[in-house]
Amino acid sequence: MALSKRKKAMYMRYVMYIVSIAILIVVILFIDWGRLGNAMFRWNIVKDQFPNILTKAAKNTVVFTVLGFTGGISFGLLFALMRLSTIRPYRWFAATYIEIFRGIPLLVTLLILGFGIPIATGWHWPNPYLQGAIPLSLVASAYMAETIRAGIEAVPKGQMEAARSLGMSYARAMITIIIPQALRIIVPPLTNEFVLLIKDTSLISVLGVTAATKDLARFGRDGVNQTANATPLIVAGLVYLAMTLPLTQLVAWMERRTKAASR
Amino acid sequence: MNADIVVNVTNLNKSFGDNHVLRGIDLQVQRGEVVCIIGPSGSGKSTLLRCVNMLETPTAGTVVVLGRNLTDIECDLDEARTHIGMVFQQFNLFPHMTALENVCVAQRKVLKRSAAEAKEIAHGLLARVGLVEKDNAYPAQLSGGQQQRIAIARALAMKPDVMLFDEATSALDPELVGEVLQVMQSLAHEGMTMLVVTHEMGFAKSVADRVVFMDAGVIVEQGPPSQVISAPVEERTRSFLSSVLNH
Repeated sequence: MALSKRKKAMYMRYVMYIVSIAILIVVILFIDWGRLGNAMFRWNIVKDQFPNILTKAAKNTVVFTVLGFTGGISFGLLFALMRLSTIRPYRWFAATYIEIFRGIPLLVTLLILGFGIPIATGWHWPNPYLQGAIPLSLVASAYMAETIRAGIEAVPKGQMEAARSLGMSYARAMITIIIPQALRIIVPPLTNEFVLLIKDTSLISVLGVTAATKDLARFGRDGVNQTANATPLIVAGLVYLAMTLPLTQLVAWMERRTKAASR
Repeated sequence: MNADIVVNVTNLNKSFGDNHVLRGIDLQVQRGEVVCIIGPSGSGKSTLLRCVNMLETPTAGTVVVLGRNLTDIECDLDEARTHIGMVFQQFNLFPHMTALENVCVAQRKVLKRSAAEAKEIAHGLLARVGLVEKDNAYPAQLSGGQQQRIAIARALAMKPDVMLFDEATSALDPELVGEVLQVMQSLAHEGMTMLVVTHEMGFAKSVADRVVFMDAGVIVEQGPPSQVISAPVEERTRSFLSSVLNH
């Protein structure tokens, strides 16, 4: 007798569980854990990473991220308002800027601005932090402009009309009525951008670094060169996770809360 | 110029692209007069109302409110709008502010009243619309009828000379319509100049001094409610009224 549809579905679920567990067991059995641990997670090397990985490398990553984010959100707001402007050249400029910086890989932008401009003009970056953070914030601002614009556009049109009907100027209505509401909408996606920025700072080391401006990724790489062992990179990865996981959890919490509030 | 004419609309035209929504509207509203605009949807009545405070820019014609020619490029619209209150179909309360803040924000930011003065005025108005205990409630915590009454208080806080109501009860559950109409009625009795776009024929009949029937972007017929609603002359008015009154 043929199985009913629902029974079939039920057996299918059991099969999925069994296959998953079988694959996990095979992986655990066939990996040479001793060798893997030796090459990627040696305790004495782990211990050697501290405290410099936190006091120097992670600190630099945070400095690059915060500089990049601050610049990104300031320019991002500016470009978002330009894209929403009634003045066409503003809209064109902002749209072009956003398309260019979102379309070119960050690595290429970093090299062009970090090396290309000094070579072409003879001008030199006054500060190695700015040399990395400014290209980073220019790229971030292109992404954030789109996020902020979407947030502002998500505020119902009636809000602007109500504010204007009360005699508020466009700028006053933006500042008092529209942007505070847009902020609520864009905090979760902006936090995600912040997480992306944390990770993107790892590219800055291509510009060449001094011992003082080494970020987490570069610190890990240099550690690998010194120890001929992958442990420093694993530790660097864990430090990244320690920074990013709380933020992604925060975003998930904020999104759950907005969902609950809008119900 | 007659000082008692609050709103004076002359040969008003408005197009959205190829869609010619208003086709030469002439309308005067006297001080203290309550004018109800009725008509089928798409007849241009909301657009007309939105042109009176320039939320829509007319394609042609002039709009003069309180002696200010709003269609003149020299006119300060922000200043003019402080004298023209508007109430919207969707309430449009500011959701990130409490009821009290909603009523205070424009007093503070536009009229530059002190916090204490704005609050005192707001309390008075919230009491007047029957919501004195809802000071600290956010719009999402209030019913549609309560939100709309706060929206009326917010507009009144500017001490406007004329109030525009754009289908103020159309988005409300039927049992909440009465409380809003009551506030509008008491406002009319106190002598507020009102321009009301509405589907509430009962309200138009009992409160309006004059009823304007619009269709296809023109004023078809106007006069006291006893004439326009009870004994319409024009065929279009009659067929509209029979479709609204007999459903």
